[in-house]
Amino acid sequence: MSMSSHDSIGQRLFGWVDERFRIAPLIEFLRHKKVPMHRHTVWYYMGGVALFLFIVQVITGILLILYYKGDEATAFESVRFITTKVKFGWLIRSLHSWSANFMVFFVFVHMFSTFFARAFRKPRELTWMTGFLLLALAMGFGFTGYLLPWNELAYFATKVGTDITGAVPLIGNMAKLVLRGGEDVTGATLSRFYAIHIAILPALFSVLLGLHLIFVQRLGMHEPSFVEKLPPERKKMIPFFPNFLLRDMLLWLIVLNILLYLSVYFPWEIGEKADMFASAPEGIRPEWYFMFMFQTLKLIPAHVLLIEGEVLGIVGFGLVGVAWMFVPFWEKAIPSAKSRRTILVIGIISVTFIIGMTIWGYLV
Amino acid sequence: MKALRISTMITLALALVSGAALADGTSVSANEEVAPSDAEVARRAFLENDQCYQCHLEDENLPEHFFIDDIHMQANLSCAGCHGGDPASDDDEESMSEEAGFLGVPSRSEVPEFCGRCHSDIEFMRRYQPRIPTDQVNRYSTSLHGQLLSSGDDNVANCTSCHTAHGVLPASDARSSVHPLNVPSTCNSCHGDTDHMAGYDIPTDQYEQYAKSVHGVALLEKEDTGAPACNDCHGNHGALPPGISSVTQVCGHCHVNNLQFFEATPMARAFEDSELHGCEECHGNHGVARTSDEMVGTGDASVCMDCHDDGDDGSDAAGRIRAQLDSLTEVYGIALERQEEVNTKGMDDVDIGFILQEAHQSLIQARTLVHTFDPERVGPRTREGVEKSKSAIEIAESTIQEYSFRRRGFGMGTLFITILVIALFFRIRQMESS
Amino acid sequence: MDRRKFTNMVLAGGLLGWIGSVLYPIVCYLTPPKVAEANVGSVKAGTASDFRPNTAQIVKFGRKPVILIRTEGGDFRALNATCTHLDCIVQYRTDLKQIWCACHNGLYDTRGRNISGPPPRPLDEYVVKVVNDEILVSRPAV
Repeated sequence: MSMSSHDSIGQRLFGWVDERFRIAPLIEFLRHKKVPMHRHTVWYYMGGVALFLFIVQVITGILLILYYKGDEATAFESVRFITTKVKFGWLIRSLHSWSANFMVFFVFVHMFSTFFARAFRKPRELTWMTGFLLLALAMGFGFTGYLLPWNELAYFATKVGTDITGAVPLIGNMAKLVLRGGEDVTGATLSRFYAIHIAILPALFSVLLGLHLIFVQRLGMHEPSFVEKLPPERKKMIPFFPNFLLRDMLLWLIVLNILLYLSVYFPWEIGEKADMFASAPEGIRPEWYFMFMFQTLKLIPAHVLLIEGEVLGIVGFGLVGVAWMFVPFWEKAIPSAKSRRTILVIGIISVTFIIGMTIWGYLV
Repeated sequence: MKALRISTMITLALALVSGAALADGTSVSANEEVAPSDAEVARRAFLENDQCYQCHLEDENLPEHFFIDDIHMQANLSCAGCHGGDPASDDDEESMSEEAGFLGVPSRSEVPEFCGRCHSDIEFMRRYQPRIPTDQVNRYSTSLHGQLLSSGDDNVANCTSCHTAHGVLPASDARSSVHPLNVPSTCNSCHGDTDHMAGYDIPTDQYEQYAKSVHGVALLEKEDTGAPACNDCHGNHGALPPGISSVTQVCGHCHVNNLQFFEATPMARAFEDSELHGCEECHGNHGVARTSDEMVGTGDASVCMDCHDDGDDGSDAAGRIRAQLDSLTEVYGIALERQEEVNTKGMDDVDIGFILQEAHQSLIQARTLVHTFDPERVGPRTREGVEKSKSAIEIAESTIQEYSFRRRGFGMGTLFITILVIALFFRIRQMESS
Repeated sequence: MDRRKFTNMVLAGGLLGWIGSVLYPIVCYLTPPKVAEANVGSVKAGTASDFRPNTAQIVKFGRKPVILIRTEGGDFRALNATCTHLDCIVQYRTDLKQIWCACHNGLYDTRGRNISGPPPRPLDEYVVKVVNDEILVSRPAV
């Protein structure tokens, strides 16, 4: 932060580390990396915010593990215990929940900004694909984490969610059994979801996130075509380190403050403990980022041309997802004159569909 | 040939009976033969040689409600055990002859004596059921049923009216007509029948009333066999409607405190003097409802005002007691709401819960103390409950106050973040301008 | 240059304050709370040698009160203290050597069986163990 005013101890320490880790070239690299400044620069921050929220998730998550007990009999009580007995437990728990929702939101925003800017094009295909997988994993985090407090809404939402998995052709039944750890959502499901949430997903996520960040750093920021066309002397650039990173941090601090505000004034509810034998309560909803899929599946008629509606919907979403992930490859086939417009139209349709279905889902 | 056919039929009949018993258990496949116990094997062998049973089975002439698992059948006291005759002979002339000791079917008025031949015989009963009482016939003769029977009324209940004649099962058996859960409907089969009861000049709606009562709901809906059925208040073999002197004792058998409080009051004497029926006077009998505070006081629903007049000492006391109860229920209600508020805020309500449990206890005790009809005795309890509820409210409020502490903490955090944000902002500006 | 120094100072100060306000809740969070565990499986109920025979005390077991009795013979028994009739808290009567509910005069024996008065069901039993003179009351294994 204050590179210009190292004291001698700092310099010596830096020197010691540099001799062993060759840190200077890295900083040099980061310093040389330039971030273009233009009217769409604001979208560059979205990925950074998502990254920050992920860090918040890791820290609060680790803290929660200290008191959480992933067992049918104790899960709900331990969450209650965290929010009532552990000092600042309510804060950690609320932060974890709020930050999780923010993270998924910012990952979505980040993805669509990239999409509209067509930043996925060569050479950034791999960045795009790892990013898409990170989104899927983030949703997986949300899905598994939702069940962990073992409250009524989460229990039934998981029941419905895993049921939908079961409708996937060929592997669905197997996947459902594996996810649930049995025929039904039980304590076994909770143990599995807990393991997935704190071990499997974090491991996968870290690897993919590492790759994603390396790609971003190696390739530099994507320039929109109107910036690319400008002559070099008219391009406004700032160094990534420290200028852009400091701006990033500024925004992170603001986001953190919003999270704190929400956690203090709108603490996440605990709800009622799940009762496996109770009948499903009204208003079971998945988390908001699954709502558009949930609502779409509800709207598809039970049978479409002899195919079960649900199966059709799931297969449809699966195909769209795969197509979305491979955008960089089929987009090349579109004549370059039309590409901009096509992507814009597809993007607008997708965003409208998602937002529309989500709102519809909440209104019904 | 005949023997073969008969044994096939027995096997069939037994299979049918055991099949029927298993029909409810869905997990046991109907085809799966449960290996019969040694006793069961012996019983089947015994029945195969019991000519009474064999012939009546073959002629489809078994008595009404005949049940192969009847307690007497289980003890191999087959037909001849009660009716006499010779079960070894397959000649009906011979087996059902007087020489063979055949007694035939007793008339309704003969039934108690008929059963009593064994059931009043201590020596005999000891061989089968050493702990069973043997005074049923004696007690029956003291019951209203028994008195009417001996006065020549055949219409009243005898042993078989409640126990059945050929499907007798112990009261502990859930299939038994005298199992606690079945007693009300067994009694009701006569007492609820207006034709049958015509001429006795008693109501026939006891069952409907009982089924809706606090006891009936507990027994019939919640299947809580701790709740009283008909016989728990009226007795069984010596069934009599409890009189004025005994009704309070009957209720007090379970409601001990209420009885003690009531007995010690001048009201108890006054009730007896004016031939009022103790508990029943306010609570009713078969249809006894869940009590409410409305029953006390000077309002329309108050049972006190059935006898007392506005302004007399009794109505004053009733009014004061009601006010005491109301003061507690009101504060207690507020305290419960506060606890809920604390709970939904995701904060700790365990201690509040403990205090409120004590307050609830005070309320329950105060309600019981109503039976002293003494505001000086109800008052201390309600005041104690009010105090406890208030302290619960206090804790709840201080717990909710913790919110403001959280907000102050949030303010601190925001302050530092804001300083940092502003400083960062200027630092970036400075860096980029130089 | 002074202004720059000033911003640096504010920046360092703000950073320290911020680190403090992040670390403080975390350190507090890590300090084990007085009640050691969620969903108590067992609670400590004092020392056995201080517990005289034919006495009892109420132990808070999570949200539930539990009555811990030492019989005349010196055995410990722990039972759910909530009366099965109308949820009052029962007490041990040293004169009767039985458990008594003051609300409606219900009686239970020291095994929790309802023997007189209105209680419809027995009191649930808890497990008591004495380890190194310390009484531990725990939920019975299902």
